[in-house]
Amino acid sequence: MLDIFYFASFREALGQSQEQLPLASYKTVACLLDDLSKRGDAWQLALSANPNLQIAVNQTIADRSTRLNAGDEIAFFPPVTGG
Amino acid sequence: MTDFPFIKVQTADFDLTTEVKALREGHKDIGAVVAFVGTVRDINEGEDICALELEHYPGMTEKALESIRLQAHQRWPLQSSLVIHRIGKMQPCDQIVLVAVASRHREAAFEAANFIMDYLKTNAPFWKKETLPDGAEKWVDARVSDKEAEAKWLSKTG
Repeated sequence: MLDIFYFASFREALGQSQEQLPLASYKTVACLLDDLSKRGDAWQLALSANPNLQIAVNQTIADRSTRLNAGDEIAFFPPVTGG
Repeated sequence: MTDFPFIKVQTADFDLTTEVKALREGHKDIGAVVAFVGTVRDINEGEDICALELEHYPGMTEKALESIRLQAHQRWPLQSSLVIHRIGKMQPCDQIVLVAVASRHREAAFEAANFIMDYLKTNAPFWKKETLPDGAEKWVDARVSDKEAEAKWLSKTG
């Protein structure tokens, strides 16, 4: 399984903060993004079509080419604005 | 939550004097302490702000802040350092972030505090949401100037 988290404006736009998906066909973050983006416009806008998409795998900044393994924690979020 | 004693992510306010005292404790070789306190403004990008809410990514936030703190220690000769970042609901004038750095001489402390803040702004997973006077809520956009502030350290040597 993969644990997937959505933060801040993504959490609101997608209507959920986390979910679990079977690893199955997701070899990389890009594969996962392709599939999630098929869920509709909000998903496409926040994820695959978003030039500012930030990705973390196991709490470390990653990118679309990062490979996924069972048990990985993946997070999608907008650019950070702390401080 | 955190295994990092010099990183605190908390809803509670902090007391600068108490924190600086703890930072200096046990060190007789400190000649300089620089502490930066960030506070909540009542105006942002020309709009009045009534409240601010801070969301973060538990776990990753602490790791990111500790990584930034350690980079500062590798770059400058520091005796100790501390980062506190608040989360949850805040009002204008509230304290939101503390970066405190102690070193033998002031230059390292000034530069390291500045470095930690610049990296925190662009690398620590916090997100701000503002409440406007009409009750509307708005996620704050990341600023290009913050990315530029981070980038300037890449061309500098510690």
